[in-house]
Amino acid sequence: MSNPKNEWPLWEVFVRSKAGLDHKHCGSLHAADSAMAIQMARDVYTRRQEGTSIWVVRSEQIIASDPTEKGSLFEPADDKVYRHPTFYELPDELNHM
Amino acid sequence: MDAKTTYVLRLADTCLIHSQRLSEWAGHAPVLEEDLALSNVALDLLGQARALLTHAAALEGAGRDEDQLAFLREERDYRNIILVELPNAAASPSDGGSGRDFALTTLRNAAMAIWLELLYERLQTSVDTELAGIAAKSLKEVRYHRQHSNDWVVRLGDGTPESQARMQAALNVLWPYFNELFAAEGVDGVGPTWNELEPEWRARWATLMQEATLTLPRDSAMQPRGIDGIHSEHMGHMLGTMQFLQRTYPGGTW
Repeated sequence: MSNPKNEWPLWEVFVRSKAGLDHKHCGSLHAADSAMAIQMARDVYTRRQEGTSIWVVRSEQIIASDPTEKGSLFEPADDKVYRHPTFYELPDELNHM
Repeated sequence: MDAKTTYVLRLADTCLIHSQRLSEWAGHAPVLEEDLALSNVALDLLGQARALLTHAAALEGAGRDEDQLAFLREERDYRNIILVELPNAAASPSDGGSGRDFALTTLRNAAMAIWLELLYERLQTSVDTELAGIAAKSLKEVRYHRQHSNDWVVRLGDGTPESQARMQAALNVLWPYFNELFAAEGVDGVGPTWNELEPEWRARWATLMQEATLTLPRDSAMQPRGIDGIHSEHMGHMLGTMQFLQRTYPGGTW
C-alpha cells in the first residue's frame, strides 16, 4: 500500500438517474478537491447516460453505524411485523402498493 | 479535391489523429479516474472524426467511406495539423523515459479544446447544414474537454515547483506548433479562415497561462504545414500502428 499522505482524498459519489428520483450512492473515487471530484465522477460513473445530477462528499465526512452493533440496532425490528402495513384489504386496482 | 472537401478533411483528420494519440494513454494515466477521463475525450474526438470523415467522403464523391479515409490513405493525404501528431512526450527527460508526459498531453488538450470550441461555435452557422449539425453536437463535448484540461493546466502550472517546471517545459516545446492552428484558408459561407480564431484564442490562452503562472515563450516564425500533408517524422510511425490491421486484413470487420 502506498503512503496515504501521497494519495488524494477519497470521495463518495451519488448520482441521480433522472429528475424526481433520489440521488443513489454508486461508488467512490480519489480526487484532489471538490471540483475535480465532480469531473472525475462524471467521467467514471456517468459514461453510459446514468445520470442527470451528481453529488460528491468526502468519505471521511460520512458517519457510519458500527457493524458490531448490527444486532442491537436492527434485529429488534425483526419480530415486529405489525409495523408493516400488510394487514389491510386493498381493492384490486391498488395492486402495486 | 475541392476547397470545401479539404476544409472538412483538415478538421476531420485533426480530430482523428488527436484521438489516436490520446488513446495511447488508455491504461497508463497517472490515476484510474484520469485514465477514464482521457479515454472519454479520445472517444469523443473519434466520434467527431467519424462524422466529419463521413461528410468529407460524401463531398469528395469518389465512393470512399470513413474507414477508407481513416485507414487507407498515404501519409501525404492526411491533412491534420502537426501539433496533434506529436508524441505524448517531447524528446526530453521529462517523461522519465515512458514516452508519456502528462504535462505535455494536458497542455495540448487545453490548447486544442479552446481552439475546437471557437471553431465549432462558428461552424454552427455554416451554410453546409451537415457540418453545422456536427459542430452543434460536438460543441458540448469540447466545452467539457476545455473545462477538464484547463483545470489541469492551472493545477499543475500553479502547483509545485516540479509540476510548474514540467508544464513550462511542455509549453516551450509546443508553442511553435500552435502557429498551425491559424494556418488554413476558409471557404465562403462554409467555414471561417482559421486565423479569424486567433485573437480570441490568444486572449483565452493568455488568461489561462496567467492563471497557471506560466510564461509565454517568444513567438516563433515556424510554419508547420500538416494541413498540406507535410508531416513530422512521427506521423509515419503512428500510421503504421493505426493502419496495420486494415493493411494486413483488407476489408476486415467485426
